[in-house]
Amino acid sequence: MKAKFLIPLVVFLGLVVFLAIGLTRDPREVPSPLVGKPAPAFQVPELLDSNKTISNEDFKGQVWMFNVWASWCVACREEHPLLMQLARTTDIQLIGLDYKDKREDGERFLQTRGDPYRRIAFDADGRVGINYGVYGVPETFIIDKKGVIRHKHIGPITPEALQNKILPLIQQLRSES
Amino acid sequence: MSAQLIRRVQQGLVASALFVAACSALAQTSTEAAPLAEDPVVEQRLIVISEELRCLVCQNESLAGSRADLALDLRREIRDLIKAGKTDDQIREFMVERYGDFVLYRPPVKATTVALWAGPFVFLGLGLIGLLVYLRKRSRSNPEQSQALTSEEIARADALLKGDQK
Repeated sequence: MKAKFLIPLVVFLGLVVFLAIGLTRDPREVPSPLVGKPAPAFQVPELLDSNKTISNEDFKGQVWMFNVWASWCVACREEHPLLMQLARTTDIQLIGLDYKDKREDGERFLQTRGDPYRRIAFDADGRVGINYGVYGVPETFIIDKKGVIRHKHIGPITPEALQNKILPLIQQLRSES
Repeated sequence: MSAQLIRRVQQGLVASALFVAACSALAQTSTEAAPLAEDPVVEQRLIVISEELRCLVCQNESLAGSRADLALDLRREIRDLIKAGKTDDQIREFMVERYGDFVLYRPPVKATTVALWAGPFVFLGLGLIGLLVYLRKRSRSNPEQSQALTSEEIARADALLKGDQK
């Protein structure tokens, strides 16, 4: 074998390819087992009016976007202007889940920055979040008319993700019966 | 006793009194650690289960060892499930339903995890085959080529052993 001296090089290049692929992947993006499954049921008070309750059943027959946020979450501030724009320019049913927050802090966050949500569920002890497999806010779920989770976005929504994935998906889900 | 010595002793007394006061103040402010749980049996099972689960916020920590907020909440959930009489498998299922197989430090053998489970053995096998091939090749080529000495080499070795040459 004359090309024997090339073996270490080939092994090394193989390793480089694997590592290079590994570097481009985000370890925080864990595929959610909830995609394709019915959205977990919840019934909690609303953030802005503790006398009212809000439940996932309220949105049966609609395509809705369920955005998990909190006033203590720095990345949510980054995401917030995009949600405001979404609320202004589209008729998407954007529902918030204020996750593990203090009521006053959540209210103050919306007062100072604006409220893009149609309704907001208040998850004081984080149980709704756990049922939705939330591990890093913000997270966003797209739920179809039958109440099935069709997509999960982890981390702040980027304009690209919105244009390329979320908006087309919502369009498609709305045309489903 | 000189006045200076008395002053020294006084200073020492004041310093040690201050020290004792500080210590007792500390002892008063630091309260006793809260007991880990009302039920040590539940806590024992919680530890066994959560050591095998990954904390999703700090991914290289187990759920048992993590101090992340989510880990605290999840331990609370597991504690509740234990108290509700769920089995370990049911509790693990609770976690997998929400976070996927990723939370398990011991992932199940599935089509998607075959490479993970079989990979090390495949590499071990390849290594063994490589070693065997190498050893066989060496044992075949050695006796004729390098082990036998020519008469010239024997003569030189003899000369060296006798100390005729340096």
